[in-house]
Amino acid sequence: MSQNQEVEKKDQPESEMATIYIMGKPYEVPSELTIMQAQEYAGYRLIRGVGCRGGYCGACTTIYRKKDDYKLHIDLACQTKVEDGMYLVQLPFVPAQKPKWDLEELEATSEEVIRIFPEITRCVSCNTCTQACPQNLEPMRAIQAIRRGDLEQAADLSFDCISCGACSARCPAEITHYHVFQLVRRLYGKYIQPKAEHVAQRVGEIEEGKFDDQMDELIELPEDRIRELFLDVRAGNEFSLDQNSGEE
Amino acid sequence: MTDPYPEHMMESVRRVNATRDERKDMEFDRIPEEESDELLRQWHPDYRKSDAAFFRELAVGPAKGKIVPTEVANVLEAHPRVNPSDVDLSEVEYSTELLVIGTGGAGLSAILWANNEGIAMEDILVSTALRLGDSNSKMSQGGIQACDGKDDSPMIHWLDVLSGGHWTNDRPLARDLVEKGPLAIKWLESLGATFDKEQDGDMQLLMAGGASRKRIHSCKDYTGLELTRVLMDEALSRDVNTLEFCPTVSLLTDGSGAVAGGLLWNMETEEYHVVRSKATVIATGGFGRLHVAGFPTTNHYAATCDGLVSAYRVGADIIHMQSTQYHPTGAAYPEQIVGLLVTEKCRSMGAQLVNDDGEAFIYPLEPRDVESAAELKEIGEGRGITTPTGQDGIWLDTPMIDKKRGEGALEDGLAAIYRLFTRFGIDPTEYPVLVHPTLHYQNGGIAINRDTQVVKPDGSPIENLFASGETTGGVHGDNRLMGNSWLEIVVFGRKSGISAAKHAKKAKMPKKSDLSLAHLDKYSKELEEAGIETERRTPIILPNYLGENTMKATGYGKEKPFKRRLDLFA
Repeated sequence: MSQNQEVEKKDQPESEMATIYIMGKPYEVPSELTIMQAQEYAGYRLIRGVGCRGGYCGACTTIYRKKDDYKLHIDLACQTKVEDGMYLVQLPFVPAQKPKWDLEELEATSEEVIRIFPEITRCVSCNTCTQACPQNLEPMRAIQAIRRGDLEQAADLSFDCISCGACSARCPAEITHYHVFQLVRRLYGKYIQPKAEHVAQRVGEIEEGKFDDQMDELIELPEDRIRELFLDVRAGNEFSLDQNSGEE
Repeated sequence: MTDPYPEHMMESVRRVNATRDERKDMEFDRIPEEESDELLRQWHPDYRKSDAAFFRELAVGPAKGKIVPTEVANVLEAHPRVNPSDVDLSEVEYSTELLVIGTGGAGLSAILWANNEGIAMEDILVSTALRLGDSNSKMSQGGIQACDGKDDSPMIHWLDVLSGGHWTNDRPLARDLVEKGPLAIKWLESLGATFDKEQDGDMQLLMAGGASRKRIHSCKDYTGLELTRVLMDEALSRDVNTLEFCPTVSLLTDGSGAVAGGLLWNMETEEYHVVRSKATVIATGGFGRLHVAGFPTTNHYAATCDGLVSAYRVGADIIHMQSTQYHPTGAAYPEQIVGLLVTEKCRSMGAQLVNDDGEAFIYPLEPRDVESAAELKEIGEGRGITTPTGQDGIWLDTPMIDKKRGEGALEDGLAAIYRLFTRFGIDPTEYPVLVHPTLHYQNGGIAINRDTQVVKPDGSPIENLFASGETTGGVHGDNRLMGNSWLEIVVFGRKSGISAAKHAKKAKMPKKSDLSLAHLDKYSKELEEAGIETERRTPIILPNYLGENTMKATGYGKEKPFKRRLDLFA
């Protein structure tokens, strides 16, 4: 391949520009950018409405309409590309107080959840929450599962929830789904899912000092000996300080 | 169906498609040690110690003479962000038993355990750059290690930690890490975290790279999200007193060198808050957003090394900062997901790394640093692929997975990856995906002792100052294994909360009249004496991606150095 071809191949095509409207004001931005990057390109210093920038933290919930489309869309600014004619605003915050609870004093029942969040009985199954969810979860089904007493299903359906609040901002019954689901998942994890006995057992052994003598000796050994011991356990053998020591 | 890539990339995709059949049964030789050493020396950023573009010897401060990445030297050899004469320290807004800086897994654990240890929640003040819980902790996918398997023990886990760290770890710290592992899991379980379990409650333990026993506890592939939100919910339920969007921009001292609190900057109202405290815990996380060596990163927006900068200016030593963890397969296209992880499992299942000409250039399962170096070589020598936004990359030939294992294998075994790319119109069963090494973890950091006290180069503690989590160094040595970071933040976060609480109970509240920022003036003088002339002011709090910076995220390579590198201080 000639040098010229190489150069030609490396030439990048010019970025196409798109016009987006940030809170009504038009900005020309490269069309490859995400909504988040487009705002930064336009000169907005983001403090609110930005967090992990990877789709995990739910800080950048954004509401927008597209050109010639009446529908109101909700997505994460860090995971959505701009489109020409997009009209957008970020939700800096969703006003939803989280009730305080002491898990030790609660029971894992739907009655308990409804006592703390009575508004979930107002759910009219309109499914607006599900349509709003940028994670494509089914909050409506999860709320209905709680009402049926199936906390396990509610915990499972809401597991990928990133607490962005899109559902709660749209809900006509004014449910704060993500706080409800957080309570349900903790109740499930603490009281319904069985405990790992082997974890408790190992904690007991460590606290009784079962490994203390061996650890005391191990961490003082020279590097060569530690490397040998590592290769030994790596090969699937049980840990033993005595093993091989006769050969040295 | 329309092409998922721009035409200039599709040309390359067609070359990759054309060689797939002949690559299918290709046998790769592991590259010999001399060759991989040479590859690392030439192309891996950690091996460019003598290249001033990558590493620099610190000219000022307690770790003067140590070699650190240039970006770290830049934030350390910089003027304090705060001009002491702008601050009225006589207006003390908060007097508190305990100041906790940072609210990822380490900060949250510290808060809860300080409270368990008897410090009332209203006597704990929390400073955080973004919202409560915004952190790398939340983004972690894989899981958390702990030695509670039947065939496992603290000794075996310890050996794995040492091997992963190239035998350079602080041995007693590594011991504390592994011995408190099962307790960490039990605590999280008792708080209601939902782990992946068998019907009877036993953990579904998985293998981690570099481990010799199955030891990974996971919560689907949202482990960090699940654990962080449980800790957040518990802290909120106990009425945690958090100042959000209020990062700590400097520590305060009492004039004698002991730490006496922090100076917080309210990013929304643009005012300082003076906080006086008996004990302070730094849990601010790592440095991914410094884009060390010009790399894209898996890290969250505020991972900018701030706590380390503040600790350094009050005399803290830093260790193992010369080593940085890069993951070989971060996404490189589309722009939305640049830097995000594309799991190693893709290569375990048969995907190959392929260059612009459609050639597979390396055995896909070499160690992470070797894979990364091989990719950088291809890119550096002109066999990479450049996206419309100027991001370089190499193809990860994911369609090979179904070709080798049958239709449906990718979708079944790599559901998250399938979702990640199909969301942007790229079907990874039909088209290769573009990847580039990505900056993942700060291996080193602030030096601490077993009580998590921050220590000076002579090993003596800095009075009233504690630290835990990714901002600290020592426990992982020169390299961390998967699953040991979540373990670290729970174990040492807890320890820092307990140690700071015990300390606060017997310490005296610093006098208002003693509060001082004199150490910043002293630091500025030291910069001047070392002949460092710079406009830089740190901690930077957040990276600057404004305007044109948006388009120059990252880049790497000697021949076209840093063409997209951020100017963080523009």
